[in-house]
Amino acid sequence: MSTFERGPDLPPPVTQVGVIGWLRRNLFSSWLYSFLTLLALYLVWIVVPPVINWALLDASWSGTAREDCTSDGACWVFVSVRFNQFMYGFYPEAQQWRVNIIYGTLFLLMTPLFLKAFPWKTALGGFIIFVYPFIAYGLLDGAWFGLEVVETTRWGGLSLTLILAGVGCVAALPLGIILALGRRATDMPAAKSLCVIFIEFWRGVPLITVLFMSSVMLPLFLPEGVQFDKLMRALIGITLFQSAYMAEVIRGGLQAIPKGQYEAADALGLGYWKKTGLIVLPQAMKIVIPGIVNTFIALIKDTTLVLIIGLFELLGMIQNALNDPNWLGYATEGYAFTALTFWIICFSLSRYSMRIERKLHTGH
Amino acid sequence: MSDQAQSHHDAVDDVMIELRGMHKWYDKFHVLKDIDLVVHKGERIVVCGPSGSGKSTMIRCINRLEEHQRGQIFVDGVELTGDLKHVEQIRKEVGMVFQHFNLFPHLTVLDNLTLAPIWVRKLPRKEAEAAAMALLEKVKIPEQAKKYPGQLSGGQQQRVAIARSLCMNPKIMLFDEPTSALDPEMIKEVLDTMVELAETGMTMICVTHEMGFAKTVANRVIFMDEGEIIEENEPHEFFNNPKQDRTKLFLSQILGH
Ligand SMILES: Nc1ncnc2c1ncn2[C@@H]1O[C@H](COP(=O)(O)OP(=O)(O)O)[C@@H](O)[C@H]1O
Ligand SMILES: [Mg+2]
Repeated sequence: MSTFERGPDLPPPVTQVGVIGWLRRNLFSSWLYSFLTLLALYLVWIVVPPVINWALLDASWSGTAREDCTSDGACWVFVSVRFNQFMYGFYPEAQQWRVNIIYGTLFLLMTPLFLKAFPWKTALGGFIIFVYPFIAYGLLDGAWFGLEVVETTRWGGLSLTLILAGVGCVAALPLGIILALGRRATDMPAAKSLCVIFIEFWRGVPLITVLFMSSVMLPLFLPEGVQFDKLMRALIGITLFQSAYMAEVIRGGLQAIPKGQYEAADALGLGYWKKTGLIVLPQAMKIVIPGIVNTFIALIKDTTLVLIIGLFELLGMIQNALNDPNWLGYATEGYAFTALTFWIICFSLSRYSMRIERKLHTGH
Repeated sequence: MSDQAQSHHDAVDDVMIELRGMHKWYDKFHVLKDIDLVVHKGERIVVCGPSGSGKSTMIRCINRLEEHQRGQIFVDGVELTGDLKHVEQIRKEVGMVFQHFNLFPHLTVLDNLTLAPIWVRKLPRKEAEAAAMALLEKVKIPEQAKKYPGQLSGGQQQRVAIARSLCMNPKIMLFDEPTSALDPEMIKEVLDTMVELAETGMTMICVTHEMGFAKTVANRVIFMDEGEIIEENEPHEFFNNPKQDRTKLFLSQILGH
């Protein structure tokens, strides 16, 4: 009888390890790949240096008028002079502290939500979602607190962009959940049809149409003399539109929950709402975080469409500044600044959602 | 049912489950045909039969995971009808263990156990946790309380699932092939748990093909085929002296003679 002898562990071949191994495997594994690698390097060489020259090295950074822009590069003076408007729109400068307080407080309130040990997350989250928007509105508008009234038509810039996107997303989430649950309620055909019709209607209409209708058509149906705030109308339109998308994303998550989970919950005697709230939704929402962030990112960019109903969010303010005779011809800088701002916001969100996903993934 | 078993249990009030002329259809497919079954308090019934014979469907009708269309089902004196109150009341009394465990993967083991006591029985959290820990001791895995189900082996998961059902203090436990999704070396630990539970006097209906378990634990074995109860008897008679041809065929296949 012979005993089995275990072979020794050998190191991998040199061509598999180290920098050279990596290069060979990933960039030069065949003639075609080598060619594509070199082509990519060439394209980078053509594009990147001129952009860096224009945006950074040759750019003019300081000054107060277009005469200060003497170089060939970008004229960031345009942005810095108008920066206040890009952030706050036509909100009076003396009152802008109110906007700062709103966003500063929101930031402070949200910090504990990211701390692992904070025990009152649900309560704080509920406060931020259900109570804070009213405080924010009160302070921005001013009337409830006896401050100088700043009508919503004067709100604008990036702060308005964030209001539109934030309110749109937060308000659309619960609505989307209800619609998604309704659409799956096979034992309630009437409610189900209602949800299907609602979802398919809003998904089938372009947002720009929704905004037009909210600003042009809605007033026709309101009684004579009734004024309905333009921003409020846009927010309602955006929320309904967004909720339809949210519903479909969430429905995808609901479908991914195995039947056994429902059965186990039923067998334990949990009723419909407890089963949904404690078992189904927590699992489904985890699955759909990437989808939710994705629609949220799309919404942030779609908010620029409110320009057509006369609300001036970030892009609107840029557009407005470009019409200033003193600053004609700086569209590239304006749009580059807009694009960069949107990109930073959307990219951060996307990274953040990936972090949550990873955290939830290792959670169990 | 043998005369002996009948005379043992003629007191009406200790009937826990009664199925009377019960039928069920999936669309046009007649899956359960005229099922009659009486289970008394403390009885342990093993249900066996070929795959697709309606065993799962039958026990799932008892806690109304499935609806029956004809006949009557009584559980602990309450008739199962469309009335949601009755359904909820019965589900509180009937625990169920599934083939694939169906633990809640987003909750820790402890939270899996305390969820229903807290939300359905309205127990204070402290009390629910104490009871849950006691049950985890019983199924011999108290050290896993803070883990998530995905971190446990199949056998451990199934024992957690049993403990989760027991947390509701059920009067009846239903088992649907609790060991058939397990690797062979884990079957024993789950069966041991079930034997211990049987020794406490729990009323149990187990769908299983573990014939060793049936022989040692069951008061009665029921054989089903094509939606009907073909034969029922106490285990010794059932295995050594089956009456029906279909039972004999099934036993020869499963016992490998
Ligand atoms: N939800 C369902 N819809 C339609 N047919 C079903 C459904 N569930 C089970 N069946 C059918 O009913 C029969 C009995 O199933 P089941 O009770 O699971 O059998 P067993 O547990 O004895 O293997 C099978 O033929 C199965 O295909
Ligand atoms: Mg089955």
